Amino acid sequence: MIPASFDYEVAESVDHALELLRTKEDPKLIAGGHSLLPLMKLRLARPGTLVDIGRLGDLRGVRDAGDHLAIGGLTRHHDLNTDALARQHCPLIAYAAGLVGDPQVRHRGTIGGSLAHGDPASDLPTICLVLDAVIVARGPGGERTIDASGFFNGFFDTALAEDEIITEVRVPKTGSAGWSYLKFRQRALDWATVGVAAVVGSSHGSIQGAKVAFTNMGQTPLRAAAVEAALDGAPRDAVAQAAQKADEGTDPPSDTWATGDFRRHLARVLTGRAVEEALSR
Amino acid sequence: MKRITVTVNGVTHEAEVEERELLVYFLREGLGLTGTNVGCDTSSCGTCTIHLDGESVKSCTLLAVQADGAEITTIEGLATNGELHPMQAAFQEHHGLQCGYCTPGMIMAATSLLKENPSPSEDDIRHGLEGNLCRCTGYHNIVKAVAAVANG
Repeated sequence: MIPASFDYEVAESVDHALELLRTKEDPKLIAGGHSLLPLMKLRLARPGTLVDIGRLGDLRGVRDAGDHLAIGGLTRHHDLNTDALARQHCPLIAYAAGLVGDPQVRHRGTIGGSLAHGDPASDLPTICLVLDAVIVARGPGGERTIDASGFFNGFFDTALAEDEIITEVRVPKTGSAGWSYLKFRQRALDWATVGVAAVVGSSHGSIQGAKVAFTNMGQTPLRAAAVEAALDGAPRDAVAQAAQKADEGTDPPSDTWATGDFRRHLARVLTGRAVEEALSR
Repeated sequence: MKRITVTVNGVTHEAEVEERELLVYFLREGLGLTGTNVGCDTSSCGTCTIHLDGESVKSCTLLAVQADGAEITTIEGLATNGELHPMQAAFQEHHGLQCGYCTPGMIMAATSLLKENPSPSEDDIRHGLEGNLCRCTGYHNIVKAVAAVANG
């Protein structure tokens, strides 16, 4: 399968990329290309100009920024998975980056690309949502920050404007909180049929500040508000009951992999397991 | 058309390529290196796996222009002086292939895996080869071959 014809420009800097986005016809950013190229090969996407930001090395890597980690938008899943700072201060995102696709995909795919693509079946959008990450975007008007909770508008639709670039993703350090990400899939390299992420603290035997989010349970990654409310301040043996609320407010798709009802079942079961695993860490 | 320079198996090539040309077709049809196969053509099966700057990637999901300036190794570049690479020899020794179609990609993925994790467990090997499908389902002997190289 061959993509439709397009022009190709290599961006030398973020400013240059922004200029290319402004001046070229029907432009589209490409970094690793592992979401975009498959769509182009199927002719589901036919951009006029590809603006390649894959060589902007200063957007790559993880930096300690005090209470959070600053992850460059072009940081590849493989780099995030093996990064010492990420493993120490936000092990959930390092672990989840290692579950994206397969090793070859992780050698190309980037966190900024994954977020901008906005696929509700992708792992890192869910992880950014559960961590209350902040997405930093640069556009013609300068830089702005977007909370992960307001970033995902709908199916493959995000708050990122067409003339903006994700330069950085800020994820709070998780400190002593436990964490888990459970991804149910039928074959090794599949997307999640359902994924459940949890970050859970505890104090004197009760659960504090539990955060839970889902992959592939609706049009966007979703926070499990009902589960979080049921867990807050609850004793540790309340997990099973709280997990029964997991599918409240979700709208899971039915497709060739699973029915919506099976996804609801998976969400309830995996939520219980994920919260228990987080509490054990 | 764009002009690119790539080093493939130690030889530098300059070429004019169409922007939309996929790297795998540049290697196969442009350079005649047909050891790299096209399988699913959707970045699932891994038979088109090559090394780009030392790391495994699926060449059906890369544009040739994205590889401008890169060092590429294909299956043809593994043997030295007529001697099979240890991974190739291990696949032969342990019968790590049946029809052989997935084999170039399996070997490129396996050598990349061992570079990142020189002493993998069996589980590490199985997960490390997640991006490569063998439709003969000959996985056991493939894993044995990789383990044999890892364990020297």
